[in-house]
Amino acid sequence: MTSASTQVRRQSLSVGIATGAYGVSFGALGVASGLDVWQTCALSALMFTGGSQFAFVGVIGAGGAGLSAIATATLLGVRNGLYALQVRELLGVRGWRRAVAAQLTIDESTAVGIAQETDPLARQGFWQTGLAVFVFWNAFTLLGAVLGNALGDPRRWGLDAAAAAAFCALLWPRLHSRPTAVTAAVAVVLTVLVVPRAPAGIPVLVAGLAAVLVGWSRPAAPDDDPGVAPEPGPAPRDGER
Amino acid sequence: MSLWLAVLVACALAFGTKLAGFLVPHHWLEGERMRRVTGLLPVALLSSLVVVQAIGGPGGSLVADARIVAVAVAVVALLLRAPFILVVALGAATAALLRSLGWP
Repeated sequence: MTSASTQVRRQSLSVGIATGAYGVSFGALGVASGLDVWQTCALSALMFTGGSQFAFVGVIGAGGAGLSAIATATLLGVRNGLYALQVRELLGVRGWRRAVAAQLTIDESTAVGIAQETDPLARQGFWQTGLAVFVFWNAFTLLGAVLGNALGDPRRWGLDAAAAAAFCALLWPRLHSRPTAVTAAVAVVLTVLVVPRAPAGIPVLVAGLAAVLVGWSRPAAPDDDPGVAPEPGPAPRDGER
Repeated sequence: MSLWLAVLVACALAFGTKLAGFLVPHHWLEGERMRRVTGLLPVALLSSLVVVQAIGGPGGSLVADARIVAVAVAVVALLLRAPFILVVALGAATAALLRSLGWP
């Protein structure tokens, strides 16, 4: 095994552990939002995309309808489809392997994959990161869900505030340009306006219009490219070391 | 709709979105504007979720309780480049501490 390949393996593992570790917070928030342990674990295994999972339990926890939770989670997951467009030539997968590659197509596997200098290393980075995150994310989700169940009243432990902090941390690395900042500001205003006037879950969907307004109206600019936002904080930074 | 059904439908749609990226013809999503909108979508939704989780109260009310202080602490932690798990833990700890002192 060459040293470059060893380096990619280490990078994949460190991203997997760092990302997987906050599966604990997802597991705890899942049961605090009213899902049972198995529903929480099913989201991590089957949905397997952190932002959408946090959004789903967030909407349910706020008293939103199932349809609102589904719509919010699905809209947040649209970027995974764009990542798939970026990595599919690189991976060159056929047949049933496409389904496996699709399930592992998330922020972290895409970021580590496309950061490599050669195609073989890129493929290795994608698969190893995807698998490492999958294993640790699911193991830590189960741990968090079981712990969260044992804790009792989620408010006493500040778990409702943990959800707000988690969304802040997911949003933070994406605020890297003027259009993203404008979009965030418009979304905040829309949310505050709509919350008192609509059932739970709807304000988040209305706020999605901010992306349409800003994205549609702005002329192309060099800093516009959202690219692959390295979602949950630790991954790319730790990985580069 | 039962919660289990919502979970499974959402999971199926998440997987379908990922798989679609491997199956659709490339030119479907090539429009410049379309690309910008889909790129900005997570920013809009996550910003909204921060607001709902931080100040959303029962029955469509907006309330300022321990959560908003927790978010302020989380932002400071992010400015100091704290990792995700620490940001979340600090948010929870802040709210738990304030509530143990009698805050709402």
